[in-house]
Amino acid sequence: MSESPLLVVEDYHVGFRTETGLAKAVDGVSFTLNRGQTLGIVGESGSGKSVLNRGFMGLVSSSRMIESGSVLFDGQQIVNQDRQDLWGKRIAMIFQDPMTSLNPVMKVGKQIFEPLRRHLNMDKGQARERAIELLTSVGIPSPAQRLSQYPHELSGGMRQRVMIAIALAAEPEMLVADEPTTALDVTVQKYILDLLRELQQEHGMAMTLITHDLGVARGRTDEVMVMYGGRKLEHAATETLFADMHHPYTEALLASTPSLAHPKHTRLFPIPGSPPDIVDPPPGCRFSPRCMYAQDRCTTDNPETTSLTDHEYACFYPVGSDAGAEALKHNQDAGQTATGLKIGRAKEGAH
Amino acid sequence: MAGSGKAHLRNADEVLLRVENLVKEFPAGGGKVVHAVSDVSFDVAEGETLGLVGESGCGKSTTAKAVIQLPPPTSGSVVFDGTDLTDLSAEELRQQRPQFQMIFQDPISSLNPRRRVRDIVSEGLEIWGGSGGGAFTEGRVDEIIEAVGLDPQEARKRRPHEYSGGQCQRISVARALVLDPKVIICDEPVSALDVSVQAQILNMLEDMKDRYGLTLLFISHDLSVVKNVSDRVAVMYLGKICEIGDGDEIFKNPVHPYTRILLSAVPDPANPFAGESETLDGELPSPINPPAGCRFHTRCAYAQDICRSEEPQTEQEGDGDHWVACHFPVRNDAPAAD
Amino acid sequence: MTDTLKPTDVEILDASDQVPADSIAKKKLGIGFWLAISWLVFIVGLAVFAPVLPLKDPDQNFIQTEEKENAITGRVTESPIQPPYAPSGDHLFGTDSDARDVLSRTIYGARVSLVVGFAAIAFGMLIGGSLGMIAGFFGGTFDKVVSFLFLVLLSFPALVLAILITTLAERSLFTISLTLGILAVAPVGRLARAATLVFAEREFVAASRTLGAKPSRILRREILPNVMIPMSALALLGMGVSIVAEGALAFLGLSVEKGSTWGKLIRTAVNSTSDLENAPWMAFTPIGALFLTVMALNFAGDRLRDYFDVKELSI
Ligand SMILES: Nc1ncnc2c1ncn2[C@@H]1O[C@H](COP(=O)(O)OP(=O)(O)O)[C@@H](O)[C@H]1O
Ligand SMILES: Nc1ncnc2c1ncn2[C@@H]1O[C@H](COP(=O)(O)OP(=O)(O)O)[C@@H](O)[C@H]1O
Ligand code: SF4
Ligand SMILES: [Mg+2]
Ligand SMILES: [Mg+2]
Repeated sequence: MSESPLLVVEDYHVGFRTETGLAKAVDGVSFTLNRGQTLGIVGESGSGKSVLNRGFMGLVSSSRMIESGSVLFDGQQIVNQDRQDLWGKRIAMIFQDPMTSLNPVMKVGKQIFEPLRRHLNMDKGQARERAIELLTSVGIPSPAQRLSQYPHELSGGMRQRVMIAIALAAEPEMLVADEPTTALDVTVQKYILDLLRELQQEHGMAMTLITHDLGVARGRTDEVMVMYGGRKLEHAATETLFADMHHPYTEALLASTPSLAHPKHTRLFPIPGSPPDIVDPPPGCRFSPRCMYAQDRCTTDNPETTSLTDHEYACFYPVGSDAGAEALKHNQDAGQTATGLKIGRAKEGAH
Repeated sequence: MAGSGKAHLRNADEVLLRVENLVKEFPAGGGKVVHAVSDVSFDVAEGETLGLVGESGCGKSTTAKAVIQLPPPTSGSVVFDGTDLTDLSAEELRQQRPQFQMIFQDPISSLNPRRRVRDIVSEGLEIWGGSGGGAFTEGRVDEIIEAVGLDPQEARKRRPHEYSGGQCQRISVARALVLDPKVIICDEPVSALDVSVQAQILNMLEDMKDRYGLTLLFISHDLSVVKNVSDRVAVMYLGKICEIGDGDEIFKNPVHPYTRILLSAVPDPANPFAGESETLDGELPSPINPPAGCRFHTRCAYAQDICRSEEPQTEQEGDGDHWVACHFPVRNDAPAAD
Repeated sequence: MTDTLKPTDVEILDASDQVPADSIAKKKLGIGFWLAISWLVFIVGLAVFAPVLPLKDPDQNFIQTEEKENAITGRVTESPIQPPYAPSGDHLFGTDSDARDVLSRTIYGARVSLVVGFAAIAFGMLIGGSLGMIAGFFGGTFDKVVSFLFLVLLSFPALVLAILITTLAERSLFTISLTLGILAVAPVGRLARAATLVFAEREFVAASRTLGAKPSRILRREILPNVMIPMSALALLGMGVSIVAEGALAFLGLSVEKGSTWGKLIRTAVNSTSDLENAPWMAFTPIGALFLTVMALNFAGDRLRDYFDVKELSI
């Protein structure tokens, strides 16, 4: 294994031409991913998590899509290239709903044999043997029987395991997991996430784990990147991020999540408003219309990314800084933020 | 249960809704039967929120629908404010309907795409108000639309697709509130929403509960959400109740093996049970042919012979509001034999 | 600072997710749809106002004459020219072989053809639509009976049925419309039933029940407005089909006895191959009108369905 990062994404953009203008689904995102590491990507739906990953994998099959910037995979530029030879062999992907990626009228076995024979040139007997091995490794009981079943005969958790088996068949260097457990029950989710971690360690695979569940991101990743309206707002080592978050959006996401730590009827802190229009985003900081720290400057200037060691964030009034505390105090005294969001003292019983 | 039993039921005069021995079966073809809900009993006191939690397919929605008699249960009774709904004729039942309303999971499917939002909200009054109409209706509808956080003027002009998912749930709540119901059954009302919006809707539900004196039956597969909104919590598994009682108590001190596994799987850093490495073995058994005895015995680490033959009944745990249906409840100080 | 504000000390007071009205993309029906509608409005307008428009009498024979010199006597006489006459300033679309104005005959023909098309599909929607919706909503024995009835109607050869009725009964506008209307019942009914089954499963119907709405109200207020959309789309297509079907009946000599229809006009025009070769305007004027009208109906129907489909999914 080389020392250089496996994936280097630099100022990457993905746009979609729409009737009303260019939808900037990913707007200048940069990050690096090392071998064997897991990067969690969190954010509300529509923040560009899926488009970012599908974009650099070359999986967005839309003639309206435009990509620009630089993505180096193992040192090789892949933006605007044909990436088909990477799929399965070097980067694999699993999705939220395995039903959409599994062929409903093809037996499970055949769907596993296919990549084995294509990427690894195995013959029928070898492929079958390896398929059984793979199914065993993802914890599927009586794997030989499963080969002759159709996807609909399996439960949701089983299907996701089959997807993982297929994805890992050719031992890729990187796995993109796009909300792999969102549709599953918590106990099944735990199983799948444990399994992914185990397999990842075994193969030394890099992984991006897309999730909207901060709990999942916190427990299962090395680094976390917070996206909003196509931009990266904060990025840090997972522990650092949760111990000392700097972006108001990250803080707001966490505050809106109910937690087992709080007693019943604990008042939650919703994020007001809705995610930005990516065709015509608000000027200045994209989060400013919903941010309770927002000052005049936030409505006009776009905050550049501040890079500390292992911690990046894009905010003028970061959480935990004096500037942030003052901004919040100022807004509370004024009863509203620079974007006109009304704020007041929290009600009794809030956490 | 898990198991059956009614030890956890309170006196009839203390509760607003009392469900006893509720059974719902569906024909499954080939003469087989889906045992979706089997002998479930619970009660809800006025002003209380009972949270119903469990994994998908355990019978939460079926229970909710059976309570409002859409469709009616196969057997069992649903006593609402002294009246057994299962005894009523169709018209008598219809007369009772304004008292108990339901909010569904899918914000889009819940609203008629062809009607304007204000008409959707005022539907209940139009059904029951008859010639009344007039100022009372107008005022009431606008008041409710405003109470759930929407603009009544906009609601006159717009149709549901012009609102976001969270706003659609607000509209559903407004529609349910307009008839001044006593009980609202919320079937996964926030499961389709982003956390930020989920928090808006949960807060709004709490506000509405205070303002209009509601009693809630709140269904969710999300334990953190259920913990947050509920006074009491019932945990379901495969059509039965495992554990029921005060929410804070159950989440602090779960004793049913299934509740503990469920809780330990929640990816919440503040989860005190996250350390427990128990995982569920095997697949969920089919409700067509549920296991005998305790329905959980096929996946339970504590199961003994008695679990395979005898169904556990709900028994009080400690001396508070905490009831469990298990032969070998797991107590931290005295773990069951294995 | 002794008392640093934490964000959790602060509550946002207007915490709802208002979507500004202009952020909602309005779907467009497109220019093609409006062109189609314009044509339909135009042709219906012509048909309705035909008697007051400066049109030639559709039944008058405009015999033209020419001066001919008798080769023997050298006398010049006025003698009639053999119609049909080609299009000219006088007759924009020419005349038929009885020297009647093709344009005004086509416009008067539209009156009958459009009425037949409209009446047939209205009948289909009323009968088929109600039966289908009731069957789909209530299910049970009634549903079985109705579904079987639709099946029978669909299996019975349409042309045979049409011929049967039109030969037995007087071939008035009413019977022709009714015949085509009966043929429209099953397709419309099946669509209505299928759509009802889909919408009856939707939770807004359950919500209406929990409010205490009676079935008739649910059918009217919740189901009908939704089923109307695919039904209207089908109705537009169906009107096109009915207009064409009238033409087919006309070819068999089974269309209305009195008055001209597009079908009858085309039939007379193509009766003899020489007419078709020498006077193509006679056939192609009504054919053009029929073609444009049917195409406009189909196009508008398609667009309407797309428009509403998309709109519902865009929530
Ligand atoms: N094919 C497409 N055409 C136009 N817009 C798209 C397309 N795919 C995604 N988008 C838009 O890009 C934005 C980001 O979407 P996505 O990456 O799927 O969000 P998420 O963070 O939930 O995964 C959304 O606003 C979405 O509407
Ligand atoms: N109409 C129905 N016909 C047959 N089986 C059903 C029907 N509705 C629900 N079920 C079955 O009943 C069980 C409980 O379903 P449900 O109440 O929807 O669970 P939950 O809401 O807890 O996810 C499931 O196994 C489901 O497949
Ligand atoms: S110990 Fe027995 S009774 Fe208790 S959950 Fe396990 S199997 Fe059921
Ligand atoms: Mg996504
Ligand atoms: Mg459900």
